[in-house]
Amino acid sequence: MKIFVKFDLHSVCTKVLENTLNNTQIKHTMLGFGEVDLQGSPSKETMEELAEKLSEYHIEIVQDQKSILVQKIKDTIIDMVFNEDNNLHVKSSVYLSETLDHSYGYLANLFSEVTYTSIENFIILQKIEYTKQLILKENLSLTEIAFKLNYSSVAHLSTQFKKTTGITPSSFQRIIAKRKELLKK
Amino acid sequence: MNENYINVVLADDDEDDRLFFSEAFDELKIKTRVSTFNDGVYLMDYFNSEDAILPQVLFLDLNMPRKSGLECLKELRADEKFNDVAIAIYSTSSSEEDVENTFVLGANIYIKKPSDFKSLKKVLSDVVTLNWQYHTNGLNKDNFLLRL
Repeated sequence: MKIFVKFDLHSVCTKVLENTLNNTQIKHTMLGFGEVDLQGSPSKETMEELAEKLSEYHIEIVQDQKSILVQKIKDTIIDMVFNEDNNLHVKSSVYLSETLDHSYGYLANLFSEVTYTSIENFIILQKIEYTKQLILKENLSLTEIAFKLNYSSVAHLSTQFKKTTGITPSSFQRIIAKRKELLKK
Repeated sequence: MNENYINVVLADDDEDDRLFFSEAFDELKIKTRVSTFNDGVYLMDYFNSEDAILPQVLFLDLNMPRKSGLECLKELRADEKFNDVAIAIYSTSSSEEDVENTFVLGANIYIKKPSDFKSLKKVLSDVVTLNWQYHTNGLNKDNFLLRL
């Protein structure tokens, strides 16, 4: 028998984080966006224990301020792209700068410095990854996806897909389907 | 934990290509450690040895004596140990059939060997930067396909 599961990565990670914090007996408040408020300052040993337990899940405690802000930018973008309730009609630069309370210029410079890519490219990458997921898992047509992700036209989405990956959405779909067939043999 | 350099391996029987490749990587913004192998047999011997350090990206020439890139690709994708290694096919051929076939067999990237140094640098930079995004953002590598 074969089953398919659908999961929301964000809730999975939050749950894992919360369980681990409970296990280490650290009193805490979850603030969302990967931010946690710990009560008091736990001993070095406790923090090391926490870091070790989290590393099992490849969750990392971010150390310096720059990385923290970059992570917040990424989380905001991912939330913006994947969460349909969000209003994508606001320009992403405005949205980021308002949500994170810094000028867009500052955020953009910092982002490029740390991640080797620009905020614009990161948004495109996330959208294309989401498109791949929707094609494969939800079986949506490109027209439906273009509408869902707020592209002005199917052509625009299709061009951006080709430009980012070097292949067209339909050959992507064909390749993945052929791979699956190969696995069955 | 999250070290700021990328391990890269190239298997190619052409000495000039290996040299160009290493030089191009030296000039990139992202820090890389490059190891090269002269053919598929040396490469697979190394990968199957116990102290092998698996790279984030492997560049495979399709046409090599003794063991071709295609044979290496099949062997690597049949072993779960290599799941995290992104495989880039690095070839002079750009036939649609070759491209699609290697993708189906599990390659993530297909690069038509550029003819000049400047485009080689650009292509390699694009590959490692994108791979870095997949690596650091936990993106689904099963869906990682890139053709340059």
